[in-house]
Order: sequence, then structure tokens, then C-alpha cells
Amino acid sequence: MSTNPSASRPPFKINWVRLAPLLYTIGLFVIWEIGVRLSGLPHTILPTPTRIFEAIVQYWSPIWKNSMQTLYTTVLGFLIAVVAGLGIGLFIGWSKTIYAGLYPIMVGFNAIPKVALVPILVIWFGIGTVPAVLTAFLISFFPIVVNVATGLATIEPETEDVLRALGAKKLDIMLKVGIPRSMPYFFGSLKVAITLAFVGSVVSETVASNNGLGQMMASAQSNFNVPLVFAGLLMLAVEGIAMYALMAWVEKRMTGWAHRSTMAH
Amino acid sequence: MTPLVSIENVDMRYGGPDGTLAVSGLNLKINRGEFIAVVGPSGCGKSTLMKLTTGLHIPQSGVVIVGNEQVTKPVSIVGMAFQNPTMFPWRTTLENILLPLEIVERHRHRLRRHKAEYVAKAEKLLETVGLKGFGDKYPWQLSGGMQQRANLCRALIHEPELLMLDEPFGALDAFTREELWCVIRDLHATQDVTIVLVTHDLRESVFLADKVVVMSARPGRVISENVVPFERPRQLELLYDPAFNEMVQRLHGEIATARSAA
Repeated sequence: MSTNPSASRPPFKINWVRLAPLLYTIGLFVIWEIGVRLSGLPHTILPTPTRIFEAIVQYWSPIWKNSMQTLYTTVLGFLIAVVAGLGIGLFIGWSKTIYAGLYPIMVGFNAIPKVALVPILVIWFGIGTVPAVLTAFLISFFPIVVNVATGLATIEPETEDVLRALGAKKLDIMLKVGIPRSMPYFFGSLKVAITLAFVGSVVSETVASNNGLGQMMASAQSNFNVPLVFAGLLMLAVEGIAMYALMAWVEKRMTGWAHRSTMAH
Repeated sequence: MTPLVSIENVDMRYGGPDGTLAVSGLNLKINRGEFIAVVGPSGCGKSTLMKLTTGLHIPQSGVVIVGNEQVTKPVSIVGMAFQNPTMFPWRTTLENILLPLEIVERHRHRLRRHKAEYVAKAEKLLETVGLKGFGDKYPWQLSGGMQQRANLCRALIHEPELLMLDEPFGALDAFTREELWCVIRDLHATQDVTIVLVTHDLRESVFLADKVVVMSARPGRVISENVVPFERPRQLELLYDPAFNEMVQRLHGEIATARSAA
């Protein structure tokens, strides 16, 4: 029987750590369901999860269409933020002077609530997809810029000395050290940036759009269709988790060397 | 024979006209093939000496000549290694060692076409320092001593005429340090290279160098040059020789005097 060397161990063992995310999520919904039923809160205040899933099935066609719209504006804004953030980050990190000069401006810009910019974007571009994409971009590019610039600006002086003593130009140092070194910072910032991008696009859709999950929730709210509002929130959470997981995977793939504690063994 | 490095009456001040004077009236000549150790109290300008010789700093007054040319920009005939082995974690050990070749003017255009030749050279160097077969490991998979060995390979791959070592063994344990002393000793014996070793460890300086240069406290200048009389090749047993210890003690006394004079 025991030709298998691992037969001495129990043949089947539940990996609780791997199951934990699923179990905790189910647990949350179960507690929510029981809590709402026991307290007798009406659906117009807080719907039960089963009522929300019902709403998802009932309104699947508009939910799907609007989810795709939101995903589209978010990802587009995020991609622009990646390109622009990488470019501006490299530019800022290039020299200590540019870093010192532009950093306060960037911080000030980041402190502006992006929802306040949406009306301006609407004046410039009209309502719809463009302001949503731009808001997603504006809100998500800051962490990318800061991380790339910091990665470049914190090269150890000894490292620079070693290379400069070999006759390296600024460009050599950037290409050989600066950019590879800032990559973990860059890919790490993508997880933050994609989450923020959803905030940006939904805010813009809520204020000024005819489609997208933000607009769908806003109109559902004005019709007191609270289960549909929650259905929208749930879809956003699902999209957010999916994109976050994708970014975490990309990060791990691209900069495995920076996760050495887990790779070495 | 003209010396490889000649430092004449050099002043170097940091931070403008009112800044700290790091070295003052510094004079030093280093002959081709020589092994020089520089010792002195902390803050005596040892690191400044390194940066002056490599052209990372240009002195305000005086002249630095390396290989018959006055230094006005970083000189490319130098290899450097620091206490902290600055290996890049995204490159394998072999790729780290090949890095200088991607930068030094003479090699960077040949690297792509003659890759195999250069890789063979790097592997030979790895073998010399006792790291045969570790080329495709990443730096973090190596111990501190192994990283420092690889760091030496990187400093040597472009065949520098001058190797500058800034306390390369400061962070290592005593046994590893002694092992690496022997690695350096053998490198100097087999390769045609001039070595300047900046260190705090007097036994290290006497064991390795042909000449120990003692510097004064800030502003640094050379207060004595001590020729080390011991025959080469030197074995680690020398560390327990009375004459060896006597020389170490004498240097120690000199530095103590230089410290209290400050």
C-alpha cells in the first residue's frame, strides 16, 4: 500500500491558510445576512447579501455594461498614469535639483481633492469617458512618480563612486543602477495606484457621466434602489481585488530579486 | 622609473573656502607594482586620498598625476572596492563582475561580440578568489565574505593598473578576513597590479603591504612611510612573529601620537 513516501503523513490535510480568504469572506456575508435579518432593517437602509445578489442577477445586463465601462476608464487612466508617472519620476529623480524643486509642487498638487477637479475637466472635455479617465490618471500617477523618483534619488554614494571611477556618465549610472534599482519601488506603487484609479474614475462618473458604475449607483440611489447601489459597490470591490491581484503578480514576476527572503529557500 | 601615482603638495577642502580642510600639503608617490597601505586616525583623510587618486575629487591646490597624466576627471585605469560590497541584487554574481566592462570605454564596444572571452576571464577570476561555480548565484545567496571576494573580482575584471581598496575587510569576521588577506596577497603576486589599501587594521597593513603610510589627524598629511621588511611570499604564521608584532606596535604608537597631537 505505502509505496508513496508521503503515505506516512495524513493523505489529506486542509490548508487553512490558503482557504482563509474564502472562509472569511463567506463569514462576513453570513454575519451580515444574520445581522440584517435579526435587526429587521429594511432593504432601503441596508439590504442583505442575498438581496444584493438577487439585484445583481436581476440587473445583470446594465451592471455588466457599466462595470466594463468603469474598468475601461480606470485601466486607461491607470495606464496613462504608469507611462506618465514613470517618465516624470525618471525626470525628477535625474538630478537632486529637479527633485528638490518639483517635489513640493507635486505634494501640493496631490493634496488637492481630485473630486474638485472634475467640474474643471467637465468644462474642458464635457461629461462622459474623458473626465473619468483623466481623474483616474490624476489620482493614481502621484504614488508612481514619488516611488520612481525616490528609487533613483537614493542610490548609495559608494555605488556612484565605483561607477564614476570607471568613467561612467550620468546616463550610464541611470541605466545600470538607477532604473533597475527603482523598479521594485515602481511595481510596488502600481498596487496603490490601481486602487486609487478606481476611486478617481468612480468619483468622476458619479459627478458627471451617463455611464459607468458611479453613474449607475448615483441614479439607483435617487430611485431608492439600495440593493442596486450595493450591487455596484460589490462589483467595484471585485474589480478592485482582481486588478490588485494582477498588479501583485506583475510585481512578483518583474522584481523577484527584491523578494529574496522568500526566494532563497 | 616614474611613479604610477604622484601626489604633490595637495590641499583639499570640502564645502567652499571656509569648509573643512581634509588634507593639507599631502605628498605621496606610489610606484608601479607596489602594495601601499594607508593607516591613520579616523578622519585623517584616507578616503579623500582615494577620491583624489581616482579623480572623483579634483584638489584645490597641488597636483595629482596618475600614469603620467594630471588628473582632471575620473581616471579609468582604477578599480575600486569598498567595505560595503556594492553588488547589485538584480544581477547574478557573474553579471555583477562584468558590469565594469559595460562602462569602461575600452571594453564597452567589444563586450557584445567578445562576450565568451570576457565571461571566461570572469570565471577565471572567480576561481582565483575561491568562488568557482558561484557565477550564476545572486549576491544575496552568498555570505558576506563571498560577496567581498566577488567584489574584488569586479574591481579587477577590467585589468586596472591601480586597485584602490577602502577597508574592504572591515565588516568581516577574523577568520574570513585572514582568508581574504591571502587572496589579496596572491592576487598581487600573480597579477600585474598596483594596490592601495586604506585600513584601520595595522596587522592587515603590515601583513600585506610593501610600505605602510601613516597619516596625521585632520588636516591629513603623510607623517611617515615605513617599508615593511618581511620577505614575500608571506604566510599567516608571520602574524605571530616577534618582529612583526614589534612593527605593528611601533605603528600603533605613531598613530596614538598623531591622534593626541590633533
